[in-house]
Parts: sequence; C-alpha cells; structure tokens
Amino acid sequence: MYALLTGPLLWLSLLVFFIGSLFRIIQMFRLAKKEKVIYPYMTVRHSLRSIIHWIVPFAGRNMRLRPFMTIATFAFHLSLFAAPLFLVAHNVILDARWGVSLWVLPETVADVLTLIVIAVCVFFFVRRMFAPEVLYVTSWGDVILLVLIALPFVTGFIAHHQFFASRAVLIAHIILGEIMLMLVPFTRLSHMLYFFFTRAYMGCEFGNVRNSRDW
Amino acid sequence: MLANRREVADPGIDNALKKLTPEKIEAVVRKVFNPKVSARLKVYLDTCVHCGLCSNACHTYNSRDKDPRYSPVGKVKQTIWEIIKKDYKVDAGFIKLAARIAFVECNACRRCSMYCPFGIDIAFFMMTIRRICHLLGVVPQYLQDTVNSHSTTMNQMWVQQDDWIDALQWQEDDANMEVAGARIPLEVEGADFMYSVIAPEPKILAQLLANMSIIATKAGLNWTMPATDGWDNSNMAMYSGDFETMARVEKLHWETALRLKVKKVVMGECGHAFRGAVYDGPKWLSWRKTPIPMVHAIEFYYDLLKSGKIKVAKKFAEPVTVQDPCNVVRGRGLGKKLRYIMNALCADFRDVEPRMEHNYCCAAGGGVINCGAPWKRDRVEGNKVKAEQIKQTGADVIVTPCHNCHSGIEDIIGFYKLKVHVKFISEIMVEVMEK
Repeated sequence: MYALLTGPLLWLSLLVFFIGSLFRIIQMFRLAKKEKVIYPYMTVRHSLRSIIHWIVPFAGRNMRLRPFMTIATFAFHLSLFAAPLFLVAHNVILDARWGVSLWVLPETVADVLTLIVIAVCVFFFVRRMFAPEVLYVTSWGDVILLVLIALPFVTGFIAHHQFFASRAVLIAHIILGEIMLMLVPFTRLSHMLYFFFTRAYMGCEFGNVRNSRDW
Repeated sequence: MLANRREVADPGIDNALKKLTPEKIEAVVRKVFNPKVSARLKVYLDTCVHCGLCSNACHTYNSRDKDPRYSPVGKVKQTIWEIIKKDYKVDAGFIKLAARIAFVECNACRRCSMYCPFGIDIAFFMMTIRRICHLLGVVPQYLQDTVNSHSTTMNQMWVQQDDWIDALQWQEDDANMEVAGARIPLEVEGADFMYSVIAPEPKILAQLLANMSIIATKAGLNWTMPATDGWDNSNMAMYSGDFETMARVEKLHWETALRLKVKKVVMGECGHAFRGAVYDGPKWLSWRKTPIPMVHAIEFYYDLLKSGKIKVAKKFAEPVTVQDPCNVVRGRGLGKKLRYIMNALCADFRDVEPRMEHNYCCAAGGGVINCGAPWKRDRVEGNKVKAEQIKQTGADVIVTPCHNCHSGIEDIIGFYKLKVHVKFISEIMVEVMEK
C-alpha cells in the first residue's frame, strides 16, 4: 500500500497537478488572446510592480488596515509551501525514488510550520463563521476546501509524532496530500496559479493604462 | 436577519420587467455572461476565494453599517454567482434586484480592485450585469433618458446646436465683463487644443464656460471649441450598458477634434467623460489609444500654474478640502497634480483621509446620479462615510474637479446638513488669479 501510494500514485498526483496546472494556464492564455483587450495593455514592468507589492507583507494599504489577517495569511501561505517541500521525510522519499532531494528544514521548524498551517486554517474557519461579510459569501465548498487543506497537515503531524495508529494515519496522510495536490488545478485552489496573472493584469490596467497604482 | 431594501418605483425597470419572458432573459444572460469567451470572467470567477477582503474598500458597505449585501463580493454573490447557481435560468425578480445592485449600489469606482489581493475587477462584473440589463431593456428611466439624448443629439442634455452656440456667445460676453478681449473661439482649425465640455455646462452651469474663456485669455492660449455636434464627450451610455451608443458618441467627439486638426484635447472638469474618451470609447472602437492626446483639466491647470502663465494674486482664504474623482485620480494618477493646484490657489488646504487613489468615491459617479430622483435617497445614504470624511477636515469649501462629484457631494452636503460649499477648480482660479 505504502509503496503504491509513494510510487505510482505519487507520480499520478504530481502529473495531474503539473499537467492540470499547465492546461489551465494555457487555456487562460488562449482565452486572453481571444478577448483582445488583455495583451495590448500589458507590460512586464507594471506586472512585476503589482505582484511585488502584493507578495511583500504590508506593502498594500489593505494589508496595513488588517495587520492580524496579513500576518496570518502570509504565515499560512509560506508554511503551506515550506513545510511539505522541505520536510525531511518527504525528501527521503524523493531521494529513495528518484535520487533527488531539496534542502531540508530542521524537524522542529517543520513542526512549527505545520502547526501554523493548522492554526490558521482554524482561524480562517472562525473568520468565515463569525465575520458577517465573509459568512455572507461562504458556501459549503469553501469550508470543504479549508478542511481538505488542513487534513494532510493534521494527519502528517500525527503520523510524524506517532501519536496513535500511525500506520493508518500515515496512509491517510499520503492519500489526502495527493488528493489536495490533484485538486489544485480544478478547484478554487487554482488561485495559487492565477494570482500572478490576475495581479499582473490589474497592475497593468492601473499602472500602464491609467498611470496609477493598485496597492 | 437583514432588513429589506427600501422599495423604489422606477418605470424604466418595473415596466420593462413586465415584458420579459424567462426564455428571453436566459438567452441574453447566456450571450453576455459567457466565461467561455472571456478570460477575465472565467479567471476572476475561479480565483475569488470568498475572503471578503474587498469589503472595506466599498463606500456603500462602509456607509450601511457593514451590511454584507453591499460589499463588493456580496454584490457579486447576489448577481453573478446567482446566475451560475441557477444555470442562467434567472427570473424577472432577479433582474430587478441585479439592476438595482449594478446601477445604483455600485459606482464602478474600482476602489475594491485595489483591496482585493488578486486584483479582481469587480466593477467589470457589475458592468457585465448592466450590459445584460441594457439588452433586456431594463435601465433606470432617468439614465435611459440621458442615453436617448446622447443617441439623438450626441450630448447628454438634449442641447440643440443653436442653443450650444448661443450659450458659448453668451458666456463669451460674460467673460468680457471680467477680462477685456476674452473669447471663446469657435472652429479654429489647427488650434493648440480643443476644449471639450459636457452638456451640463451649456445647460445649467454656463458660467464655467466663461471661466475657461477668462483663464485661456489671460494665459494667452490658442484654443478652440467646435460649433458642431461632437463637443460633448460625456457618456452615460457607457454606464447604461449601451456600448454601441457609447462608441458613437466618442467616435464623433474624436472625429470633431481631428476635423479641427488640433494638437490635443483639453477635457473640462469631468471624470467619467475623460474615462469615456480615453479608455472605454477607444477600447470598444478597437483603438489602442486616443488618436490625439487628451489632458484633463487638472493637468491643464497644473501646467498653467507651474509655467506661470496664470499667476495667483491673492490665495483663497477659506479652509478648503478636495474630492479625488475616481476616473482621473484612481484612473489617471492625477492626485499629486491636484494637490499642487490646491496649494497654489488656497492658503488653507486641508487634505482628506484616505486620499488620492484611496479616496472614497462620491457615490454619484458610474452613472448612479443619472439614475435620477427615485434613487437619490439610496445614493446619499450609501455614502455616509464621505460626509464624515468631509466633516473631519473642518473645511468650508470642497473642490470637486468633476461634474458627478460636484453634484453628488452637493446632495451629500444637503442630506447630512454639512456647512460646506462645493466649487470647481476654475471657480477658485478665476477668483484668485491676476486678471
């Protein structure tokens, strides 16, 4: 089971993730070309200007108006990528399967990052339920997505610390992680892919066309 | 439980709804709202994570006790998401609400795009809804009347050509009383610039034409105005969703400037007209940019003051604040030049907070004030934050270099009983300049 999950199924999930993402991005480019009013207005400079202002914490006014949310969301997104990518256990698998591995984080740091992801997921859930402007636009899909993000981290944490039935939890962790990866291109998790493009377009609309700024 | 919206009777909406059939609605909605042909619609829909971070950008949301129905994403939920949820099978009741949200509760000011982490163009969604409403014939009556005027007379207030020329000559006479030799030169081919105004100037605010004559005469400028249609580039069709009429208006305006062979066009103190002439019109006409450059009044006055062509005799003494019109500040980056003008003309300029690109909309722009009397109360109630913002400055006068802002803020001042007067830049400039 373990060999299957970390072998062919890992391959499958990575393929679905990368090919699916590529498909979505190509589809977007083709549509944008058809729409005609996108590319003529875009420049690299204004695209980067906008992206940079929105990936640097507190560079935009809205981020300064909501400091707690800004810290939470930056910590969340950084941890979400850093924890799984630079985890010792994941890199051991990579090394064993394909002889490649990335730089790894000390285990305590990885633990902290994992807990940050889980804690912010809880915060996001609480915010969804108690902030009226967020609750109003919340659907079941939003909650399920949040759970789907949290579960691989929760199970991963449990499996790593071998709290209970660790084998079963480990299997669940791998399955959930692979599901999450495969869902990225086909759910609203694709905001991960689109962020750079929507930002770039609005950056150009504000910067290149209207001589203004969008942060 | 959220309170129901106040019932408003608008024949342009109510009567048109009676003529709709479910089949007609579905056909139009499918035609306009098609994420398969619009990268923006598709990507924006897939990207929005329903985080609600756009909420605090919106003046209507902030003014209505943070009622989530008025947040930008709340408006998208009630319109765009509803269409998807119902698989395009929406009824007349939906169209009625959607028209209200898109025409009256959103000014298309695009402030929310500066607060959305993804830069989603929520105003574009609202304009898509307006387009649907237009094609269904569901448009607030006053707004539609303005569009009919554009379509018939090529200006927004049914001004006839003889009235137009008459108003210009009358204001030339008035300007002459202030400055000897003041002129409003008509049809001067090859002039340095053509001056474009919007129809409220000849119709109800004619003294603004005399102001321009006084300023241009003192500065020794070589300018002209057209005697034919094509002088008005204001554009309510742009906001009603009637983009065909919008394009006709802008095309005639640019053709008039080209006929006069002017080097550039100076736009009077109006924001949406600038937007129509520089952005939306050319885009619809498949022009990448305008055929000749256009500058807004803010840039024009800035240059006159900076170059010393207009000198200030005695600065305006009363405390003054300013409104940043969305379409030329968020839409053109003229906030700093506007402040240069304010400080050059006024001894006691008190800036607003938030300011420049982050300033709140006046709630009149985006065609909302043109939805007319039935919606006035909704409009001013939807901008309590603007009243509070103006009050905080302690100013007695607010300068609004835009006609929509001017009228909208006048309404806000009346409703919230502020002791503030609204002025255009030109009014203060003519008052304080060396003549």
